[in-house]
Amino acid sequence: MDFDWQPVWLTLKLAGTTTVLLLIIGTPIAWWLARTQVWYKQALAAVVALPLVLPPTVLGFYLLIMLAPDGPVGQLTQAMGIGTLPFTFEGLVFASVLYSLPFVVQPLQNAFEALGPRPMEVASTLRASPWDRFVTIVIPLARPGFLTAAVLCFAHTIGEFGVVLMIGGNIPGETKVLSVAIYDHVESLEYDQAHLLAAGMLAFSFLVLMTLYLVNGRYTRSHRP
Amino acid sequence: MSEIEVRISNQLGDFDLDVAFSVPAQGVTALFGSSGSGKTSVLRAIAGLERPSQGLVRINDEVWQDQRRFLPPHRRALGYVFQEASLFPHLSVRRNLEYGMRRVAEQARLIAFHDVVELLGIAGLLKRETHKLSGGERQRVAIARALLTSPRLLLMDEPLSALDHRAKQLILPYLESLHDELGIPSIYVSHDPNEVARLADRMVLLDQGKVIASGEAANLLTRLDLPLSGYGDASAFLEGTVSSHDNSYHLTWISLQGNRVAVPREDLPVGRHARVQIQARDVSLAIHAHSDTSILNILPARVIDTHDINPTQMLVRLELEDGQTLLSRITRRSAMGMGIHEGMMLYAQVKSVALLA
Repeated sequence: MDFDWQPVWLTLKLAGTTTVLLLIIGTPIAWWLARTQVWYKQALAAVVALPLVLPPTVLGFYLLIMLAPDGPVGQLTQAMGIGTLPFTFEGLVFASVLYSLPFVVQPLQNAFEALGPRPMEVASTLRASPWDRFVTIVIPLARPGFLTAAVLCFAHTIGEFGVVLMIGGNIPGETKVLSVAIYDHVESLEYDQAHLLAAGMLAFSFLVLMTLYLVNGRYTRSHRP
Repeated sequence: MSEIEVRISNQLGDFDLDVAFSVPAQGVTALFGSSGSGKTSVLRAIAGLERPSQGLVRINDEVWQDQRRFLPPHRRALGYVFQEASLFPHLSVRRNLEYGMRRVAEQARLIAFHDVVELLGIAGLLKRETHKLSGGERQRVAIARALLTSPRLLLMDEPLSALDHRAKQLILPYLESLHDELGIPSIYVSHDPNEVARLADRMVLLDQGKVIASGEAANLLTRLDLPLSGYGDASAFLEGTVSSHDNSYHLTWISLQGNRVAVPREDLPVGRHARVQIQARDVSLAIHAHSDTSILNILPARVIDTHDINPTQMLVRLELEDGQTLLSRITRRSAMGMGIHEGMMLYAQVKSVALLA
């Protein structure tokens, strides 16, 4: 059997890129949500959580309209000289970042809230500037939160299907990710290929979650106050 | 201008904080009051952890806050000890201690690592993880960590309140030695008169967000018009020196300039400064100096004023020959029988004296 590895690599690349970008984007959002007292905080938290409940096709549909050549984001990307995003890898990354946002923001927000203000206050009386405090106190203390966020984001992006189909299509090497490839194989009755990918996904997902639980369990035990 | 000047006014909901005091930049100033009096808010404002709507904070010639500027806490040369030790759980004891020290320029480090470690008796803990320390050990590490930033002002927010009685007794001598050895001015928040008596030189008394009195700690603690003396449990605190030891009867004599009192034998060098506590209920009054009594400590004193505690009992404030103040709790009937009045000369018979330091 001639196995096509391309969807696997593409999927890993997409999930990796999305995770890195989301940790960078999601951390300040989560920090702000954990600290702020403004009245519209809950509304913003709800917006961030939307992808959890929306059917992926709804998200994909609106993204398609926004990113289309005459959509608001499409016009912006064209003006910036990067063309339009639908049916490209970059478009998939853009969609995945939105789609997986709650999986990064929520664990981080919980971790930041659990810290409370005290460690930062203590560090500030020990001459640490805000950035210094974040790097030397918050990141190490919220490590389980960062780990959970990264793993959930990675795994969730790998499992993405509806959004990809709406906005990415099925272009080999560009937007044809694992889940779409499995669908393709089943459609054309190539059950062996589908089995291989599906079982691989199953094993991978299980391993990821187990690792996460093991690492977090150990961390919690050794840092119990 | 060697002084600490603090003026803070802030409105938080229906709580009005309006506090102003200035104290010499040396020794320990206690910020004293019941819970809800605003003392922690004042301390946090001095540190810059809170930003009051109006404020002036000046340490000698260094202005931390005034109309125009507000230095964030990490730009203020202060040490802060919180109620709970709040050690960083992801760092070892040594790394906790070094956290603040490393962030101070080398030429600005005035206190050596080893000296602080020695002073607080934590040398044996350096390699330990913070969650394996007892409450008292944690608080000692937290104090050392604050000191290692070589602060110009040390702020302590009830550092003993989270500890049990035994741990408190163990840590108090360390706090006293800080005072004697380092000479860093400090502001110590407390609601415990005994702690204040042991540690503080001066006190600022807060009630509902306002300063109601400030001055020498020993004076304020015996003022009858302030809620401090705790009435029934009132105590006086006297300063003296260790004058001699009596080995045959196992006593140590503390001299109070001309007079002396005996306490159970303590191994202290003669000539050392000593602070004693005398509870008002342990002091009875006599018109003549009796020698036919079991009471060893008899001190001549003059009545300053009196204050009824309840329909039966009253407190009498007395001035000793050296000017220090003593309190006596007697029944109103005795006072009437003896004809106690202002300026009257009496003998105070002190049944029990506790040596604090």
